[in-house]
Amino acid sequence: MDAFKRFLTARDEPENLRRLREDAFAVFTGMGFPAVKSEDWKYTNVAPLMGLDWKVSEGQPKVPADVDWELLEVFDGGRNGFTALNVAFGEYATLRIAKDTVVDQPIEFNFAAADGTAQFPHLLVIAEAGSKATIVESYESTAKSFTNAAIQIVVEDNANLTHYRVQKESADAFHYGVTEVSVGRGGVYNSTNINLGSALSRHDIELKFRAEGGEAWVDGLYMLNGSQHSDTHSIIDHTVPNCTSHQNYKGVLNDSARAVFNGKVLVRENAHGTDAQQSNKNLLLSNDARVDTKPQLEIFNDDVKCAHGATVGQLEEEELFYLLTRGLPENLARNLLTYGFAEEIINKIGIDSIKSNLDAAVLNRLKVKLEIENI
Amino acid sequence: MLLEVKDLHAGIDGKEILKGLNLQVNKGEVHAIMGPNGSGKSTLSKVLAGHPSYQVISGEVLYEGKNLLELEPDERARDGVFMAFQYPVEVPGVSNSQFLRLAYNEKMKHLGTEELDPLEFNDYLKEKAKVVEMSSEFFKRSVNEGFSGGEKKRNEILQMAVLEPKLAILDETDSGLDIDALRIVAEGVNKLRSEDNAIILVTHYQRLLNFIVPDMVHVLAGGKIVKEGGKELALELEEKGYDWVKAATK
Repeated sequence: MDAFKRFLTARDEPENLRRLREDAFAVFTGMGFPAVKSEDWKYTNVAPLMGLDWKVSEGQPKVPADVDWELLEVFDGGRNGFTALNVAFGEYATLRIAKDTVVDQPIEFNFAAADGTAQFPHLLVIAEAGSKATIVESYESTAKSFTNAAIQIVVEDNANLTHYRVQKESADAFHYGVTEVSVGRGGVYNSTNINLGSALSRHDIELKFRAEGGEAWVDGLYMLNGSQHSDTHSIIDHTVPNCTSHQNYKGVLNDSARAVFNGKVLVRENAHGTDAQQSNKNLLLSNDARVDTKPQLEIFNDDVKCAHGATVGQLEEEELFYLLTRGLPENLARNLLTYGFAEEIINKIGIDSIKSNLDAAVLNRLKVKLEIENI
Repeated sequence: MLLEVKDLHAGIDGKEILKGLNLQVNKGEVHAIMGPNGSGKSTLSKVLAGHPSYQVISGEVLYEGKNLLELEPDERARDGVFMAFQYPVEVPGVSNSQFLRLAYNEKMKHLGTEELDPLEFNDYLKEKAKVVEMSSEFFKRSVNEGFSGGEKKRNEILQMAVLEPKLAILDETDSGLDIDALRIVAEGVNKLRSEDNAIILVTHYQRLLNFIVPDMVHVLAGGKIVKEGGKELALELEEKGYDWVKAATK
């Protein structure tokens, strides 16, 4: 409470923003952090995070917060205690990609919090009609820190937005993030979400098609070891006809790591002509690793093409035998197959510097050194 | 002698498929093993390569005078045994060139010779790819993923070219190939044929043997070699059908 007051007084902000923060803080005080008894948080216990005393990240910008109010107002801050807290302490920034503009260079946002501190970035991204751009949202805290992030994205009519979200915080960090997307007529949203870091992380995704002809990819990879825990909850909401969604999430779990994937695809009554594909494949490399996967399709219209599936398993024996017959020792062959499994997602990334960085991170996770360099 | 199979009994899931097979292969020779479906052709290939699902019940396999059956599949490969798969496996996410360089360098390590870095290997690979008329576009693609049937089989022969085995077992390499792909694959094999290696062609049809002319033809039926001869045997078999051999051996 005191921390919040200090935070408010240290800032010279307009009344409406102040009020927004105060209201959100009141919501947080009322609801607290999510508890495991709530169905949505059944497998993810945030107690370890609550017991700690976090300082709000220093060195906040003194420039006035850049808020797109129209967009911020539709944010569901009351979704849970984290989102309420994010609105209360939010460091707001707006990115507007002008109508019919093609931005060739990726637009990057990097966030890192220092030891013992919490950061609350809140990005508002509007890709105006007919624009095309790539954004990179990356979280790179190297210490025991707490990130509570939100990004709201509007893809307007016929805009095309590629979104890479990379979370590779330290293995001591805590991470909560929410991604809210709305896609307009003929809009294309293509995202790849990589989760490698944090002791405990949760990513909520909510994508809504607002008009016909939209297409979205919501793909991701979680690769965990030690006692890491990562939870992804996503909702892809087909509220209108003739939209296409693809979701391909993969997981690689070692040691006693644990992952949760809960992906809901909702096809509303009038959403005829929907094409929705969803897949979640998991590779368990140790007996103690565990994944709880729950792909869900809720369809209220007959004229749709939908498929979903989830697998949890070990490496394919036939693939392993094939590599052995080419002279690769078993340990190397297993690691190469694991690498390949993860690469299917990493290979989607169209920016070389990010891709090679993630390649290295994936290789680093494997317990044998693989000498793979691309030419 | 490079390979000597003596009275081999082997099978899968407790079912005996090979029932006393004998075979001798010398360096510089090409042997064709022909037989109808279910005769044990694939079992023989898989037992030689060391597939874990197949069990050897009795008998002996000597490779360069050593007990081959004692070796793990990867040890056999590094010692120069290669099997081209009837159904090559797709390995998503791993590029052909990454995979081949790892395999090549493991073999070099085993031989105590110098390993190649990615650039050197790329040059080596380009040279080898000519054997099966493959363009370098295939190097970056994931191993066999999205390859047509013919491309997969060419990729098997490319692997053979890269790894330079002493003993290559081609398991139904001709199956599913159209005539152009068959010609490319066969010409590739012919280019790799030398005095220092031996090739075992496992096939149902005589067609492949028009392109790769064997020194010896062995006919497999009921888990045993039932007839042996020169390349003419394949033609005779084509003309009279497998029933002829089955009837003749009853």
